[in-house]
Amino acid sequence: MDLNTQREHFIDVMAKFTGYAGKHLPDDVIAKLEELRSQEDTPMAKLVYDAMFDDLKMAHELNRPACQDTGVIQYFVQVGSKFPMIDEIESCLVEAVKKATIESPLRHNCVEIFDEKNTGNNVGTRIPWIDWEVVPHNDEVKIYMYMAGGGCSLPGTAKVLMPLEGYDGAVKFIFDQITSYGINACPPLLVGIGIAGSVEVAAKLSKKALLRPIGTHNSNTRGAELEAMIEKGLNDIEIGPGGLTGKNSVMGVNIEQAGRHPATIAVGLSTGCWAHRRALIKFDSSLEYEIISHKGAVL
Amino acid sequence: MSKKILTTPIKNEDLESLTIGDVVFLNGYLVTSRDDVHHRHITQGKELPVDLAGKAIFHAGPIMQEKKDEPGKYEVISIGPTTSMRMEKLQKEFIEATGLKLVVGKGGMGPKTAEACQANKTVHTVFPGGCAVLAASRVEEVESVEWLDLGMPEAMWVMRVKEFGPLIVSIDTKGNNLFEKNKAMFNEKKETVVAEIIKHVDYLD
Repeated sequence: MDLNTQREHFIDVMAKFTGYAGKHLPDDVIAKLEELRSQEDTPMAKLVYDAMFDDLKMAHELNRPACQDTGVIQYFVQVGSKFPMIDEIESCLVEAVKKATIESPLRHNCVEIFDEKNTGNNVGTRIPWIDWEVVPHNDEVKIYMYMAGGGCSLPGTAKVLMPLEGYDGAVKFIFDQITSYGINACPPLLVGIGIAGSVEVAAKLSKKALLRPIGTHNSNTRGAELEAMIEKGLNDIEIGPGGLTGKNSVMGVNIEQAGRHPATIAVGLSTGCWAHRRALIKFDSSLEYEIISHKGAVL
Repeated sequence: MSKKILTTPIKNEDLESLTIGDVVFLNGYLVTSRDDVHHRHITQGKELPVDLAGKAIFHAGPIMQEKKDEPGKYEVISIGPTTSMRMEKLQKEFIEATGLKLVVGKGGMGPKTAEACQANKTVHTVFPGGCAVLAASRVEEVESVEWLDLGMPEAMWVMRVKEFGPLIVSIDTKGNNLFEKNKAMFNEKKETVVAEIIKHVDYLD
């Protein structure tokens, strides 16, 4: 394939993949929702779960975005330093978003700051948002696509605590935000927490935590225990689907961390709604692809 | 239990028997109105292009697709509710200015809206969040669009709907507020839960 053909192929796959992920939830999310649904016994919680699963079924049958808010498109790219198309990824992703906006279709979700105009194609200043990690001595690329919806982005917050406020302070901060803003953000939520030394690192890690599949654990034993404690604690509050009360509150709690400054503990929070549109695709050096997040997906 | 259906134009007496937690459905006119519509009408004082008296508004920004064979006519692809709390700042004034009778949205609203619901005999309801194709399936026709210059999510989409729901009553005409009630319960449980967790997180050396 010459470069132009390669680009066309890459753009086409990424546009279809982006659209697909708005219409089908990833395997781990579906499995968790089914588990949580089966535990509910009140008419209200059942009504909401029934609506959710009816919606997913109709989205599949009619080939439409399950939620109208297809979000600001964010790509988290883990690119091998030897991936042959490394120079082309960014411009291809921009084109893929424009194409998906028409073909899927996606809602127009990019409003330029200051001009306050909707660009109408989901592309704008630094949007789609692209986050880069370079993997040395590797010739593949893995791309996470995330639809950052408005409702589930609203609870997002980050704060730098003093060390003597400790992890207590971080726990309180998370619980206060979930029991206020979180209940309107389409629970059961996936809760992403970043702990680090400064605010931007904590915030970014909190979003990266949402990329980790439900049911995976923090690499540190204490971290994994804290995830489990916060998950159980939030579920004991019984926020329920849609914030209308029920047996559970969250699909999971994922924490990611970076070393902190001795004088700071920064904590960041990102939340994913029940319609957690997160998808992972991998391309090898010859642009053969595999969709990891959705088994058996056909674009 | 029989299905309770509200039909526009909605009258006060249709709403007065409703209580928070009730489930209703809507027939008739549902018009999307969210942040920018509230801002334009209330803060900027621009006249609304749609008469909302007796009608229902939907806190929603849909995906609409222009029909290929009928330019200017739209088909709704997905339309779920957006976070109602964003409109709390102007909802009271918007209710007073328009005479709308039903608000459909997602999640709770605050005391100002509850006050307006009580004073003006208006009800706030929630449609299950994220269920946008289900909601679209209850839209009979997108009759028109106004203020499309605001962009697809913020424009006023005038729709005729049939048995649109389930709509869960979250603020009734007595001013009861389901989400505020739930929030008080969640906060009470939170205190106990957090107190237990912080016993185990003294990780400092």
